[in-house]
Amino acid sequence: MSLLSKKNMVFLKDPLMDNNPISTQVLGICSALAVTVQLQTAIVMSIAVISVISLSNVLISLIRNMVPSNIRIIIELAIIASLVILVDQVLKAFLYDISKQLSVFVGLIITNCIVLGRAEAFALQNKPWPSFLDGVGNGLGYSMILIVVAFGRELLGSGTLFGFQVIPDAAYAAGYQNMGLMVLAPGAFILLGLIIWVQRTITGTVAE
Amino acid sequence: MENLISLFVESVFVNNILLAYFLGMCSFLAVSKRVDTAIGLGLAVIFVEVITVPVNWAIYHYLLAPGALAWAGLPDVDLSFLGFISYIAVIAALVQLVEMIIDRYSPALYSALGIFLPLIAVNCAILGASLFMVEREYTFTESAVFGLGSGVGFALAIAAMAAIREKLRYSHIPAGLRGLGITMLITGLMAMAFMSFSGISL
Repeated sequence: MSLLSKKNMVFLKDPLMDNNPISTQVLGICSALAVTVQLQTAIVMSIAVISVISLSNVLISLIRNMVPSNIRIIIELAIIASLVILVDQVLKAFLYDISKQLSVFVGLIITNCIVLGRAEAFALQNKPWPSFLDGVGNGLGYSMILIVVAFGRELLGSGTLFGFQVIPDAAYAAGYQNMGLMVLAPGAFILLGLIIWVQRTITGTVAE
Repeated sequence: MENLISLFVESVFVNNILLAYFLGMCSFLAVSKRVDTAIGLGLAVIFVEVITVPVNWAIYHYLLAPGALAWAGLPDVDLSFLGFISYIAVIAALVQLVEMIIDRYSPALYSALGIFLPLIAVNCAILGASLFMVEREYTFTESAVFGLGSGVGFALAIAAMAAIREKLRYSHIPAGLRGLGITMLITGLMAMAFMSFSGISL
């Protein structure tokens, strides 16, 4: 069986749109909103989550036949917490400023429902390679929403992208103002609500 | 005393852990369909927060912080990188303990809380409160008050949301917006309302 067969590609592609972890499975919203004031922090956070979720899926899938089911949660949490500590130390070593901005939210990847949710729902029943793809796919689906929200919040809230000003000075001179609401918490909730609306209308998912 | 009261008010209203820091969103969205279950979860969260934040404070200050092991003759040891794994272990163990105690002494409360007690172990709001406690360098009393305040804030938000969602069932909402979409929009409006508390200082 080839590593990127059609069946395996489904694991990677499905979470991007039809089964997106945030907008369809309703997982991992906690951290999705807090780090989206700027694109830069959102992208660093996305990379951190993708690495944690894919590695934890592989590790949990490797030991899935050895762990008794009544203590599996604490073992999964221990694996995830160790991986998050690794990511946190790497960020502190190489991207100190961004790790200060992300503050507690790197640690909160431990309780990010996506990571534990995919471990429970997928890695416990599947071989390591499909689990890895599932982890990467779900991580990418999560990142996609994160980056779209961050794009909207940074553009509308500060008039910048990656810290560079993109709204011309002439617009400000003509009376354009940054939308302060977007930088604050309510802006994130409302923007995410609208994105979910658009996404569910396209995929045709309807909640009961 | 005054600064403790102002810390409490601030953590309930101004810096509401859910509406200002987005923590605990998963259970907030999943459990806010009915008022009585929402209140049950809110009470359980308050209970666990009040215990875990001070306990994690003690663990950080006597075991993990740089130089904290001086009492054991190891002044140069810095174990703060073990923070995440210790906090989550404490939370998981305490939730288990609380579950057993409630089951033994108050079966009525136990059956009312049901599935929500074990789920609290992976509620971001609990771990988040412990991490904020370390980052903001609270004292022991402040950490207890902060735990209580963030728990009450979470309970308040989830109970209010459940009340709105019960009424929402009778309204006509566009298909794609039903469920998660409209809930996010309402949460946004609620967050906006809570922001108007930000002028309060005691």
